[in-house]
Amino acid sequence: MFEVALSSLWSRRGSVMLTLASLTISMAIVIGVEHVRAQAENSFVRTVSGVDLLVGARTSQINLLLYSVFRIGNATNNIQWQSYQDINARPEVAWSIPFSLGDSHRGYRVLGTSNDHFEYFQYGDSEPLRFSEGEQFSHPLHAVVGSEVAQALQYEVAQEIIVAHGIGSTSFVNHDNLPFTIAGVLAPTGTPVDRTIHVTLEGIEAIHLGYQNGIQVAALAPTADDPILAELQPTQITALLLGLESPMAVFGLQRAINNYPSEPLTAILPAVALGELWQIIGTLENLLSVISILVLTASLLGLSTMLLSSLRERRRELALYRAVGARPSFILWLIELEAFAMTAVAAILGYLVVVAGITLTQGWLSESFALVIDTFPSTPGIWAYMAGAIVAAVVLTLIPATLAYYRSLGHALQSL
Amino acid sequence: MSAISIKELKYTWPGSDEPTLDMPSLEVEQGGSVFLQGASGSGKSTLLGLLAGTLTAQSGSLKILGTEIASLSARQRDRFRAEHIGIVFQQFNLIPFLTVSGNLRLASRFANKSRLDTESRAKKLMESLRLDGSILERRADQLSVGQQQRVAIARAFINEPEILFADEPTSALDTEARDFFMRLLMSVREMTDCTMIFASHDSSLASYFETKIEITEINRVANKVTSDV
Repeated sequence: MFEVALSSLWSRRGSVMLTLASLTISMAIVIGVEHVRAQAENSFVRTVSGVDLLVGARTSQINLLLYSVFRIGNATNNIQWQSYQDINARPEVAWSIPFSLGDSHRGYRVLGTSNDHFEYFQYGDSEPLRFSEGEQFSHPLHAVVGSEVAQALQYEVAQEIIVAHGIGSTSFVNHDNLPFTIAGVLAPTGTPVDRTIHVTLEGIEAIHLGYQNGIQVAALAPTADDPILAELQPTQITALLLGLESPMAVFGLQRAINNYPSEPLTAILPAVALGELWQIIGTLENLLSVISILVLTASLLGLSTMLLSSLRERRRELALYRAVGARPSFILWLIELEAFAMTAVAAILGYLVVVAGITLTQGWLSESFALVIDTFPSTPGIWAYMAGAIVAAVVLTLIPATLAYYRSLGHALQSL
Repeated sequence: MSAISIKELKYTWPGSDEPTLDMPSLEVEQGGSVFLQGASGSGKSTLLGLLAGTLTAQSGSLKILGTEIASLSARQRDRFRAEHIGIVFQQFNLIPFLTVSGNLRLASRFANKSRLDTESRAKKLMESLRLDGSILERRADQLSVGQQQRVAIARAFINEPEILFADEPTSALDTEARDFFMRLLMSVREMTDCTMIFASHDSSLASYFETKIEITEINRVANKVTSDV
């Protein structure tokens, strides 16, 4: 029957190829959308792990998450150094990572932090940050760059870089008298860490020292060997990542921070905020999934239509199977087998189209959108879509197949 | 035992008030050859459908090789047709996109014959039908009409049937090809000692057969139609 079905399809290759092309494109859309969706969700959820509380100035939890973890947008306000000290001193706190944001270097965000960042920050499945080269800060003017920064700007350990005040790749004022030395390069993580330049909190203070009312005054700017550097004391930070001794303490500490008397602060649970943010993005993702499924359904209906209209030109062929002894069910299964073969081939071709598409655009995607996508889609969702498409094709083909079946029941041999 | 035995067989097409076929009796001995003459619309095709078991009569008895066809299930009738009955049509006897051997294998598949037997029989039949062996691997739609009709004979005989139905098999052929076709058909039939019903409107072919029957003689409906005219 397989030989007959394949030869029959080949003999009608014009309409078969067009239907196959339509099926392949819609399979590629379904697989592609599902793959990108799964990958986006995965890298999104992987951004931060093991952090119990995220603290910032009073703001919405999504805003706090966006500017501190994703480095999107800016903080509305800062946390006083004293507040940081108070929170850090609480017995529930096991470790803390201070974040000071607001500066940039050639388009990449500069993050003022402490060595605790390299020790405690985790992403993915509780994976710690690793150095691919060099080590953490040991001087106030040390910097540690993410893997993507190092690759894009071709930075190496011991190289000196200039950090600009403000955000944007073209800044009017560069602190060329205060170069930072790269102490380390981090291994790739697939998170915003890769696109970040980490410097010390003291370093952040230092580059702002020479300013009065936002204008650089050369006489006041320190130089690299200025003794003042050793005495620098940060006055503010932007956000604070906390790890607790016991997860039971999370809600108590969250309430305490939210009611902190000296200044208005917000403490959030990163996992909850990530979930809320993903729900917002997820609506769009779901819409894309629905559209891609509708496109696939249209193609499958096209397949069914093609098979239905082919019944007319195949009347004598189908009658002949009966004449040589075929049962009516042979005709039903023959048509089903044709639909199955076409959909299975389309699923495989669609998959290959997606793989080829990712291979061709991978470089561009990672450069333009920092989107790193696996070449070979392999989530259960994709296999489910492929299997679902084949099942749907077999079900929809029941229309032409049962029609041919009933026509073949009583006839006078020459044509159905 | 008769090859074919019909008693008071009536068939009415669905949706029609009048029966198309009303046949009081017909007996064909095993090994006999019958020329069935009648114009189109005389109930020939309906009779063929009934004999092949794709149609079932509303009343009466139809026995083939002693088996009451109406008593078989649909599945058994299809199997019976594959194993015992060979059919040659006027045209379109072969699946166009399959090779000649593919067509022969398809027919033997429904009769559950082994592939090896089929291949050796196919070679013998090709020889008897004066067809070159290389034709086996050619697609059916690449053959001439004459070749296609001869391959149709091979297809009809591939499962060694006891009964052969031929429905106007020569009407698409010119006179020369027709005579060649008839001689080959009769020689293959003699080798297999098969019962044959040959339907045609061309009375010049009647001389090849032992018995000649006008369909109007055996079908009351056809009789009425012609007498009306």
